[in-house]
Amino acid sequence: MATNSNVLSIQDLWAGYDGDAALESISFEVGTGSLVGVAGPNGSGKSTLLKTILGLLRPWRGRIQVFGKDVNGSRNRVGYAPQSEVVDWDFPVTVRDVVTMGRYGRLGLLRRPGAADRAAVAGALSEVRLDELAGRQISELSGGQQRRMLIARALAQEADLLLLDEPMVGLDATNQHELLELFERLRSRGKTLLVATHDLSCVAACFDLTLLLNKKLVAFGPPGEIFTPELLNEAFAEDLLMLPTEGGVFVGHHGHG
Amino acid sequence: MADGSALLTAGIWGWIVDPLEFEFMQRALLAVVLVGIVSAVVGAFVVVRGMAFIGDALAHASFAGIAAAVAFGFSIYIGAIVAAVVTALGIAVISQRSKLRFDTTIGVLFVGAFALGIVIVSRQENYTADLFSFVFGSVLGVSWGDLQLMSALGAIVVALVALFYKELLFTSYDATVAAATGIPTQLIDYGLLVLIAISTVVALQAVGIVLVIAMLVTPPATASLLVNRLHYIIFVGVAIAVASAVIGLYASYYADVASGASIVLTATAFFVAALLFAPRRGIVPRWLLDRERAREFGR
Ligand SMILES: Nc1ncnc2c1ncn2[C@@H]1O[C@H](COP(=O)(O)OP(=O)(O)OP(=O)(O)O)[C@@H](O)[C@H]1O
Ligand SMILES: [Mg+2]
Repeated sequence: MATNSNVLSIQDLWAGYDGDAALESISFEVGTGSLVGVAGPNGSGKSTLLKTILGLLRPWRGRIQVFGKDVNGSRNRVGYAPQSEVVDWDFPVTVRDVVTMGRYGRLGLLRRPGAADRAAVAGALSEVRLDELAGRQISELSGGQQRRMLIARALAQEADLLLLDEPMVGLDATNQHELLELFERLRSRGKTLLVATHDLSCVAACFDLTLLLNKKLVAFGPPGEIFTPELLNEAFAEDLLMLPTEGGVFVGHHGHG
Repeated sequence: MADGSALLTAGIWGWIVDPLEFEFMQRALLAVVLVGIVSAVVGAFVVVRGMAFIGDALAHASFAGIAAAVAFGFSIYIGAIVAAVVTALGIAVISQRSKLRFDTTIGVLFVGAFALGIVIVSRQENYTADLFSFVFGSVLGVSWGDLQLMSALGAIVVALVALFYKELLFTSYDATVAAATGIPTQLIDYGLLVLIAISTVVALQAVGIVLVIAMLVTPPATASLLVNRLHYIIFVGVAIAVASAVIGLYASYYADVASGASIVLTATAFFVAALLFAPRRGIVPRWLLDRERAREFGR
């Protein structure tokens, strides 16, 4: 899947918190138009990887290049939707206010959003089908609507690389399906997506590249090559229940069957 | 009949205008309106970010500067500002560099600064009335010079909030994503602390150290019960603060009570009214709605 133009290139990346490593020696490259699922159990470093790429966490060692530059040189081209648990949902802002924040980086200091910004915001809202809720206060959204709003903010930025942290948690089947269609549409427009998730069935079915993470990079490649019992065991250890079937392996989480 | 209503109008007019024949009342009115505006603009951020404790702490910390200014004979406003800003930045740096909780750092630093003020005062043979006018507030003692200084500081604070509103909003709501977007969130946070420090000093003389926090918190808190976007909270908060300031000042004039406390009580009355009767979030409308629902469903 490697194309000649690399959107993201990471070499020997180490990062962590207070002396505890959360990422060890990660190296991989992602080409334009890829849809990458970053999978791994809780605490495996998915969020840390995204934050390090964004420059929010300084790596201990290693090199990260985004569009051939240091991330500070390509900030406006990288959009980010955080895990929704970390957002203050009681803050007095409306959905449209939050999505408009996606434009602030492009605007720079001292400039107010103008017509072009409002158009981008409206486009992003309709992309995730939140137009009708644009005037709502964010505390009045359902969990799935909250996640779609965070994605809309990243879309409003008109970034070329989107880093989405667990965007599908809590979405119902319809919304999950719509989100996957949105990913496809974005990809067909030349965007590159890195999506953190622990929903393996989704990664297997809908992403063209999978990055299995468990502090170290366990495997990276098309899902068909990656979903072997050995590699899944390495990434998920005892968190998963695996049953060999005719077509391959059946993967389920313990406790859910 | 017409005579009667003309008389009434003249009466009310006189009731409003008479106190303003005194120049100290003119200055007091300007001062409390100014304090109301500046405090509510900054206070909106204090309320939505849950920073009430730091507002209170910075007002108390400024006491060290006031005491030093009285003891060594320099401008009380300069003393207060330096003490409040140094404490604010100290709190920011320490809580960032250590694993201490933010409120713990605040608790340690502001009491330390306050104690320093007491030590300085206790060395003074005859501390002046100046000192106590700041502790308890004496808006009637505000001079034209004080008023000029307060207006200049207030104008700077309001202008900075207006210029950097977008960055302040994003950083307050979601600092992580704001930083990822390239907004200098740390600088914005430090800047907000300095703005809070300056606005507490602007309010000091009018309401006194102990009541400054009420000017910062009460009007925006009331506004947050009525409207639900940050800039509306600022505008409505300013309106409530100015109304409280004016009503409170007149009440203190006619009832002959302390003006700072009278203003704060007026603001508190607005708050209680909003708490009870705010259209969607008030206790009474919600109770009525619940009762109606219960009746509808035949319970
Ligand atoms: N702010 C932090 N301070 C200290 N340690 C942290 C911090 N954030 C994460 N960690 C640690 O780093 C490791 C990786 O965490 P990370 O949040 O990247 O995992 P994750 O894969 O996103 O997990 P999840 O699926 O639960 O979201 C964990 O061991 C976690 O305890
Ligand atoms: Mg995570």
